[in-house]
Amino acid sequence: MDATAAKSVATPVPASHAEQYLTFQLAGQTYGVEILRVQEIKGWERPTRLPHSPDHVQGVINLRGSVVPILDLRRRFGLGETEYGRTTVVIVVKVDTARGELTAGIVVDAVCEVCNISADNLRPPPEVGSAIDSDFVRGLAMVGDGMLVLLDVVHLVNRTLTDPASAPKAA
Amino acid sequence: MTIDLTQFHDAFYEESFEAIGQMEEALLRLDAGTPDLELINTIFRVAHSIKGGSATFGFGEIASFTHTLETLLDELRGQRMKVTSALSDLLLRSVDVMREMLRAQQGRLAVDAQRVADLQFDLELAVAQKGNSAAVTAVPAAAAAAATTPAPAAEAVRGTLYRIIFRPFLHLLARGNDPLRMFRELRDLGDLQVTADVSALPAFDELDPENCYLSWTLQLRTEATRQAIVEVFDWAEGDCTLEVSALETEPAAVPTGPSADTAGAAAAIERPAGIAHAEEAEPRAVKAGDAAKGSDASSIRVSIEKIDDLMNRVGELVITQSMLGQFGALLDGAAGERLRSGLSQLERNVRELQESVMRVRMVPISFVFSRFPRMVRDLSQRLGKQVELKMTGGETELDKTVLEKIGDPLVHLVRNSIDHGIESQQQRQASGKDARGTVHLHAYHRGSSITVEVSDDGGGLKRERILAKARERRLVGSDEQLSDEAVDNLIFLAGFSTHDQATDISGRGVGMDVVKRNVDELGGSIEVRSETGKGSRFIITLPLTLAIVDGQTVAVGDESYIVPLTAIVESLQMRTASVNHVVGHGEVLSFRGEYLPVVRLEKVFEARCGREREPSNGLIMVVEGDGRRVGLCVDELLGQQQVVVKTLEANYGHVDGIAGATILGDGSVALILDIAGLTRSVSESLAA
Repeated sequence: MDATAAKSVATPVPASHAEQYLTFQLAGQTYGVEILRVQEIKGWERPTRLPHSPDHVQGVINLRGSVVPILDLRRRFGLGETEYGRTTVVIVVKVDTARGELTAGIVVDAVCEVCNISADNLRPPPEVGSAIDSDFVRGLAMVGDGMLVLLDVVHLVNRTLTDPASAPKAA
Repeated sequence: MTIDLTQFHDAFYEESFEAIGQMEEALLRLDAGTPDLELINTIFRVAHSIKGGSATFGFGEIASFTHTLETLLDELRGQRMKVTSALSDLLLRSVDVMREMLRAQQGRLAVDAQRVADLQFDLELAVAQKGNSAAVTAVPAAAAAAATTPAPAAEAVRGTLYRIIFRPFLHLLARGNDPLRMFRELRDLGDLQVTADVSALPAFDELDPENCYLSWTLQLRTEATRQAIVEVFDWAEGDCTLEVSALETEPAAVPTGPSADTAGAAAAIERPAGIAHAEEAEPRAVKAGDAAKGSDASSIRVSIEKIDDLMNRVGELVITQSMLGQFGALLDGAAGERLRSGLSQLERNVRELQESVMRVRMVPISFVFSRFPRMVRDLSQRLGKQVELKMTGGETELDKTVLEKIGDPLVHLVRNSIDHGIESQQQRQASGKDARGTVHLHAYHRGSSITVEVSDDGGGLKRERILAKARERRLVGSDEQLSDEAVDNLIFLAGFSTHDQATDISGRGVGMDVVKRNVDELGGSIEVRSETGKGSRFIITLPLTLAIVDGQTVAVGDESYIVPLTAIVESLQMRTASVNHVVGHGEVLSFRGEYLPVVRLEKVFEARCGREREPSNGLIMVVEGDGRRVGLCVDELLGQQQVVVKTLEANYGHVDGIAGATILGDGSVALILDIAGLTRSVSESLAA
């Protein structure tokens, strides 16, 4: 905990081509999402289950009056189940889709920090060999001595919620 | 000076469409009898302000067309032309074209330029042909042009001299008003002299180029009325102070040259009196203007989005308040007592606040009714029938979302009444009725629902034909006997249309079944009463709002669901109810001589729901949707309450069997069951 705190302080001031990412843990790997997509982070509570929904849609919660779906990222990526503990959180993101702006929550094991990643630091995703569908990966970045997988959250939510193949069995 | 005028476009469109609606309404009333000058004035004002607005925004085509229209209307207003039915047809067509042009402009679409040009030509022709029809046909355009510009130079000396003091507020220009345009318009009315007052101009370094520091004193000699002058400034209303006073009236003072001096002197002497008179007249004129604009001033336009946002916040407040209530119940002593009394007051206030916000969404049904006079007029003309439309209860209010969806079913019913219900004139006379048929639209509140009736005094439903058709389509067994009422209600069955010949007005395969489905979707009901030879009456009952549902909260395992109260028939103890397994049909409930399929949510929702705790010990709720009944298994009944409906579609999508969601007192989400959808899927799965 101390180490992460120290690291976030040490993060350099935004360079001209740097983007800020919120990083989080999922099954031992660190991932990042663009901070601009993140609306808020809130503790996990059991959502209301939705009939006829795919496995990775846990259900819906009340977010200040609007009904927001919750995606289980472990299930989405096939990373196995885990016990929900005190660090389990929901990252609420806002993304633009063909239907307009959607708000959705993503369940992750724990959030870590906000870090700047410049464009030079970004590597394209590997074609194969990743645990998750490379479609959802924006790129890889080396931070400190670890690797960060940057997610394309717009694509992820779009595919998960509005794609006929994986999403609600809509009428 | 460049100001982005596009920001005002939406308001212009919205106001213009509304104004065109008023114009249409006035035109339709004009049709009925001798022209009412006030109506003509209303029509003229609309054309005038649309012309002004579109000129300001640079919509040249609309401005040019409305200008021509205005010229014609001015002739009517000056009683130099008579209102004939051909003319009011022409004006109604102009209304359509104006609306189309505005819509095209708004959506950046192409207009049918030929149609506009043709109609504009017809309008010019009508002006040109006033009085003598023969002579002018050859040069309509020129004649119209002559009529448009009231030749300022030649007749400049005639008319009244007005003094106009025009003091714009600083923000005049920012509102899209251009004084220059107004002065040009005034110049068209007569002989104009303009003096600018620059005294308010600040020092150069303090000058904001987007403000208007100037004011003007204008002298206008014109034959036009005071009203016409004030109208030029219509668009600047509220953005300036305006004084218009008649300095002198000069009835043909000039023809005799030598006496001009004395006349001038006399006028000069009389001037103070003239001013005093004018100033006396001023307040009265202002008051009349206020009355006319009264409805504008006391209402504002608010987007539905903002109201929904407000609703959400009030909903949150309700949840917070109930959380506090639970906390307050735990406290002992005097402090707890005081907290509870405060909380109960809060509860009352919050409830009232919620009701007030709901009321904001309510609009009178006259918004829907207003489209019918025109429709009835066109239809009855096309069918050669005489039909009078009566509308009552237009002030009855309902939620805007319901209002938007009720229009199409009503249009369908009114069309049906005119096409199928009202007989031809000969038939009517033969059966001793007034040759003119009546269609009556009537709206009223009944409890928390609104009822709209569409009735006609036509021939009523033809039961033999309905029955024959139903038998032919095998909707009814050939030897089945039905009551009159049951026969009437057959028309709501899918794919039913009895008219011998499909007309282009109704009977295109879509029939009453579509109307019924639309009404069902809104959570309403429709029934028909008919009396042979006397007419029929369709009664639509709809909830006042779609935003709130009266619901029964039920528990199924660890989830709560809301069942709309209107769908519930009865609830029974599972223990005492007779549920049997029937091969091929699963569980069935024997209920009052009927066998109803039993629905377990766990099965229908593929286990993505609450699981019944005690499958054999709970309750079974008989619910009805889409005309079918099923037994729904639940663990317990939790309570009845009004719930605010939230859509799942905003962030997720449609879910079969679910009508929406709501937020319970503890802040959790509960799904609202779509009973009609559930019963449908049950009967489909049984059929499969």
